[in-house]
This record gives sequence, C-alpha cells and structure tokens, in this order.
Amino acid sequence: MSRFEIVRTGASATETQPTTPKNIPHRNAPANPSAKALQEKFGGRVTRVEVIWGETVVFIAPESVKEVFQWLHDDPSQRYDFLSDLTAVEYRDPQVPIEIVWHLRSLPYRRFLRIKAQIPKGKPLEIDSVYDIYRAADWLERECYDMFGIKFNGHPDLRRLLMWESYKEGFPLRKDFPLRGRFSRSEQLRQALAQNPEARYSMEELTIADAFDELPADMKKRLSKGERTGE
Amino acid sequence: MGLSTSGEHRTVSYVPESQEGWVATRLDFLVNWARANSLWPMPFGTACCAIEFMATAASDFDLARFGMERMSFSPRQADVLICAGRVPFKLAPILRRIWQQMPQPKWCISMGACASTGGMFDNYAVVQGIDTIIPVDVYVPGCPPRPEGLLYGIRMLQEKVKNERAADVGTRDEMEPDPASQLYIPPSLIDELGEPFGNSVNQTRSGL
Amino acid sequence: MAKRTVEVELSTTGLDAHGRPQRVPLVTNDGGSALAVEAPPGIEPELEGEHMLINIGPQHPATHGVLRLVLELDGETVVRCIPHIGYLHCGFEKIGEYRQYNQIICWTDREDYLNSIGNNVAFSLGAEKLFGIEITERCKVLRVIASELSRIMSHLVWLGTFCIDIGAYTPFLWAFERREEIYRLLEKWIGARLTTTATRVGGMAADIPSGWMDGLRQFIRTFPHTLDEIDRVLTKNAIWVGRTVGLGVMTPDEAINWGLSGPMLRASGVDYDVRKDFPYLDYETYDFEVPVGTSGDVYDRYLVRFEELRQSVRILQQAADRLPDGPVNIDDPRVILPPKSKATSEMESMIHHFKVVMEGPRPPVGESYFAVESPKGEKGYYMVSDGTAKPVRWRIRPPSFVNLAAIPKMVEGHLLSDVIAINASIDIVMGEIDR
Repeated sequence: MSRFEIVRTGASATETQPTTPKNIPHRNAPANPSAKALQEKFGGRVTRVEVIWGETVVFIAPESVKEVFQWLHDDPSQRYDFLSDLTAVEYRDPQVPIEIVWHLRSLPYRRFLRIKAQIPKGKPLEIDSVYDIYRAADWLERECYDMFGIKFNGHPDLRRLLMWESYKEGFPLRKDFPLRGRFSRSEQLRQALAQNPEARYSMEELTIADAFDELPADMKKRLSKGERTGE
Repeated sequence: MGLSTSGEHRTVSYVPESQEGWVATRLDFLVNWARANSLWPMPFGTACCAIEFMATAASDFDLARFGMERMSFSPRQADVLICAGRVPFKLAPILRRIWQQMPQPKWCISMGACASTGGMFDNYAVVQGIDTIIPVDVYVPGCPPRPEGLLYGIRMLQEKVKNERAADVGTRDEMEPDPASQLYIPPSLIDELGEPFGNSVNQTRSGL
Repeated sequence: MAKRTVEVELSTTGLDAHGRPQRVPLVTNDGGSALAVEAPPGIEPELEGEHMLINIGPQHPATHGVLRLVLELDGETVVRCIPHIGYLHCGFEKIGEYRQYNQIICWTDREDYLNSIGNNVAFSLGAEKLFGIEITERCKVLRVIASELSRIMSHLVWLGTFCIDIGAYTPFLWAFERREEIYRLLEKWIGARLTTTATRVGGMAADIPSGWMDGLRQFIRTFPHTLDEIDRVLTKNAIWVGRTVGLGVMTPDEAINWGLSGPMLRASGVDYDVRKDFPYLDYETYDFEVPVGTSGDVYDRYLVRFEELRQSVRILQQAADRLPDGPVNIDDPRVILPPKSKATSEMESMIHHFKVVMEGPRPPVGESYFAVESPKGEKGYYMVSDGTAKPVRWRIRPPSFVNLAAIPKMVEGHLLSDVIAINASIDIVMGEIDR
C-alpha cells in the first residue's frame, strides 16, 4: 500500500516559488490585494488599511467581525483558510483602545493578512467569536479571554484555559496587572494550594459522567445557577 | 525528636534520645548502604530540566550506575522526588499531593534554578522555590544543570542517606510550623523579608 | 513530483487490511460530532454499562509534560476527551513586556526547550524585521545550521519518547546518543547545551570556533547511519505498524480548519511548509524536499518526521558547503555591542557598550509577525513596539498549542491505549503550550 509521498518544492502551488523578502520598507510597501477587495466589499466597515514592514493590516469595525471572516474564508478569490493566530494587544498609553488581532493565511494564494478590531474605550470588552469559521480559534479565544478578559460571543465553552478556574487576581496580560500579581507571594501560594486537584471538573465533565446527581447540594445549587466549574 | 528549640537562646540543637549500640549502628550502615544504592526516582519533570534529566538517564551518562535506572512514575513506589523544572502555582497542589503520596523514607532533589528559587520567572505565575511547598534535601543549581551536575547532586543525596540513623525518627516527621514556636515566622513577615523591591502590588520596576 | 512509497509487509495474524489489530467498529452519527459507539453482536455481547471518567495526568509518564486529559470511556473506547492545560503557565508574554529585545532571547530558549536555538533564531528574525535590519550572509547560513540542528534535536526527542510510549526502549538510547553529539557541537559554539541564547538582534552571540565545521561534517556523515538503524527497527515492525496505522486521522480540510501546522498538517496531505511558502533565511535556495503523508494518521506523522530528519541533514550539508567568510554581526552601532577588548580600553566604546546594554536598542513604532517552521509547526513571534526599548506586547504563536487543541477530535472513538500513541504523535512541548 502506498503510504507516503515526497513533494518537491511546493509542487501543488500554481504560482512561482516565493523568495525571502529583502529590504522591506517600514511603511508604504505594496499592500496585499485582499485589502482593496475588503474595502470594496465592506466599505465603511473597513476603517483603515496600513502596511507595516510589508505586512498589511486591515482595521475593521468590531461589529462586522463575523461577516468579514466568513467572506474571507469562503470567497474563491480570497480563501483565507488558515487562522494562524489570534491575540489581543493593550497599549501602555491608556487612551489607545484594546485591539484584537487575527493573523490569517491563505494557503492556496500564499497570502498573509492581519486583521485588527479596536474595542472603543468605555465599551465592554466583547467581540464576536470566529469559532464557527475556524476551529483553530477554540483555544486561542479561550486563552485570550483568560489573559485579557475579552468575551467572545458565540464561543461554546469560554472558560479559563491557562489559569485555574478560581483564579482571583484578574487577567494577567492587562497593563494594570502587576508583573508579580496582585496578591503577596504567601497569599498566592495559599490560594494555589487550596485548590483540590481532583475535584476540579468542569460542568461538561460532570454531566457526561452522570456525576451531577451525586454532588453535594450546595454545589449543585451553584452549578445550576450557571457557574461553569464544579469546584 | 527532631528539631527542638531551647526557649532562652533561640538555638536549634539535635539531642539524641539514647546512645545506640554497635549492632544498631552496623544495621544502620547496611540498611543505608542498600537504600543509597537503589534509590528509585520519581521524575517530576515539567520543563527544560526534564530534558537534561532524560539525557542523564540515557546512555552517555547512564543513571543505572547509581541504581536509579528504575524510573518510578508512580509516587507510591518512589524514594526520591526529582523536581526538574519550574513549578507554577497551578501545579503546586499536585506537587504537594505527589510528595504526600510517597512512602517514607523519601527524599527530594530540586533540580535547576526554577525549582529551587523560581529562577528567571519572578512573576505572577511561578512558585518561588519548591521549598515553600515541600522539604528539599539537595538543590542542584543551573539553568538547566548539566547531567554531571545532577549526578553530583545524586551523589550528595547518597552521602546524606548513608549518614542517616534508623533511631532518629525525627527526620521523618512531617511537621507543620507551630505558631507557638519561636522559629515560626508569620507569612506577612516572610512577604516583607522576601520582597526587597516592595510588595508585588507596589513594585517599583515598571514596564516602561 | 518525486514519490517514495513505503511498502509495509505484515506477517502478524489478527490484523485487518490496514494493519490495525481488529477492533470494534465505530459509527458516527449524522451530526458528525458525537460518536455512537455500538458493540457489534458477537464480539462484546451484554457489555453495556455506565461510562467511566478517568483522569490522565498532570503527572503521567505518557503525557510528555504536565498535560491533563479527562477521558470519558465506554468500556475501553474513548467517547470524549477533555484536555486541561496551563499547569506550566509561567507568564512568558508578561515578562516579555518588561524586558529589552536582547534580554527576551533567553526566555525563548525556555519556552520550546527542545528547539531552543531555533527559537532564538526565530525571535531574532522577528526583532530584526521590527528594527528594519538586514543580517549578513554568514549569519544567515549560521542560523540555517542552527535551525536545522535544533530540528534534528527536537525530532530525536520526539522519536525517543514516542518509542517509549509505544513500548520500544532501544531507539530512545540511540537517539539520545546522537543528541549528545549535537550538544557537544553547541557547547563548543555557544557554551551551553540546552538553553543556548545563541543569537542577538543583528547577529549571533559568537562566531563558530575554528575546526567546528569538521565536527559538523562528521555529524552529517555519521548521522544517517543512525537513522537507517532506527528505520530498520521501526518502520516495518509489525507491532509498530499495528499500534500506529489508522489512528487519529485528520483529513486535509479538517487539519487546515483546526489550524494544525508542521508535520501534523503535512501528514494529512497539505504541503504547507513555512520554509517553502513564506521563505526566510534564503531557504528557497536550498535544495530540500517536503514530505507529505497520504492518510493523516499517526504512522504518517512518524514517516513525515522521519523524512524531515533526512532532509535536515541535506540542508546542513548544503549550508556547510556554502558558509561564506565575513562578519557575523551587522555593522550597526545602534544594536551591536563594540568588541570586548575595545569596551575595556576605550572610553567611547565603553560608553557605547553601556548605552546599548542599559538603555537597549529602540525599534521604530510598528509591529511585526514573523513565522518560522519550527519542528512542531508554524512558530510565530508577534511583537508590537511603541518606540521604547521594550515591546508593548510579545506574543508567541505556539504550534503545539494549536495542534494539541485538536486532540479531542483525534482520540474520540479510539481505544484508551491509542490515546497514548496519538498524544505522542502530536509532539507536544508543554513549555510552549502553556508559556
């Protein structure tokens, strides 16, 4: 049986072999053609297009996230099928709004695009999830929620990912969070040791095992009110 | 037995309960010799140091020379906990649980700077030294330690094992700090002593 | 397109047409998400019972670090898998906001610690993009050598631990013997074995010492023998094939949509390699091939990584042949320190040294995302600068984080013992996943 093949130098690609970019200018490099297409398609909802170090950055309105990504994913002339990265940036200047950043790749066309959405100051940190379009966004959005406290509407299971569920100090990558945490070392250690490493099953885990009925009454009450952990 | 404090002078001294005879000491010697040369390690490898630990166990450095090639991944059958790598707060209760599951006699090697002191991770997520959670016998410095360094630490632990005495049960007691003792330092004071740059809320080193 | 076919002959009885031990077939319901596991009559009669919840990790020899998997089992078949991560979350990205660019390099070692020197290269390339620096030709070739050596190191650890998980111990010893050789090479060059911190913004920490290339050539000459040896032991071994074929299959569309990258994606049949598609360090001028699997199972991932080891040796050979003479560091006093001898004898150089170290080089306002092909997949560093010496945001795009997120999809419907093989085939590094 044939198990294995070796593809020589990107043979499936139709275009010519790309080369290492050299001497990229800081600004004003030629933009990704998708940026123009986005502007034509979405008009005012694409607020700004920049090119920094050869990478095209498209700023979109936070309401139109889902629409834009669906179009980028499905349109046959774009086909951005690979979500490289999803993260957020908070600037040191408190006047600058928090940005959500998506890095997209189009594998068929070998394009790279950065999409940004700024959440205006004073608005709640909420944005639409792209989970339905890219499954890769699952953990990336959970991590972003964990680190920045940004809510992704439409994500099916938005829980803390890296910190534990009962972590009380806040969202570590926000700029108002001190490097060593809000609590003193001994308090941090006390809280960490107080977790029970065995009992920490999420609601999902408890329901699948039919273990919900066997829980203590107070915990059942808490969980039924919509808390997501069984701790 | 173990540590006892004499109230007046705030000194710590070890007082053997009784002198042991020749047979007891010879028996100690035999038991310790056997123990020291067949330590079963429990590799609690989390990060980079675990890779160097694997290198130590592999053919070039060959941990089997010290009777340690039998990695015991179950803490119930282990003698030495080798904590190789950084321990974040989320992992702290698991490390303590594993230590509690190990049967006596047990020892602990803290491998690497992160396990010993927190190392370069002086931030919100990492335990500043596993000796805040469990007792440590040997600290191996390095980031990560070379395999030779770990072997030296293991030799030191073997020396320690060989000098233990069965009659001295105090070393095996797992003591909680007694607030009435004069050795007791309240956590608030530890915070004050431990953080010379101000406490973590009002730290002076900023990101600017 | 050159094609090489691995023919697998099976002599063991009790295997089905695909080389798998015969097992209970699984039926997917129409939604495609949940699995209706039905015991076919005659094999497991009357064996219906409650589902069981078991917990693997965080401390478990087969989880390759402190990963925790909660598995719901129906008998021995996994119905659902819920991974828990974060047990090694050390706040790398937060620390990066408090450190200068050259200081961050020593954190990149510790994050994917199997590929430490490759991470150094990746971060420096990203920072150089942010500074607008073009590095010298010699530095480029040295960085290619460093990246490929670290790819070999990482794949060897993967191979050794994968073998241990499946139940073979000998290849682990062989792999680590060769790793020690690379360690010695790195030690001669940088002075450290594992956490190298080999690069600087604008160059390398050190040029290679004289005679170093002989050691590298010796390694290039002898390393394929080890590969052949391991190949002979594993590739057509009936136990190996039986425990890897047909497990954890990801189709190409699924693999792209779940964001898999690196050997995981290529095993599924998508020929996406950052070195080819978005080249850096002049990788387009090296002659190497990208192995692509056909079925996307654990066995294909093994084959793809194995072939990558051979291709890395080819790249190393070409890099060793073309290494040009010349300076390693660029001639740019903004980022490069003066020579040590000058810094200790001339006042101007000393002040210069002091300024670069204490204040740090300042990039212009901007941001850059730089992705390289790390052994695990597309490793990206995203840096945002506001014109100060420390980044506003340092983001790591961890390939094994995204790869691991697909583990529930991959293990569902397989046996408990196959979870170990599938987990090993992802090649996870918890330091990179949790950061």
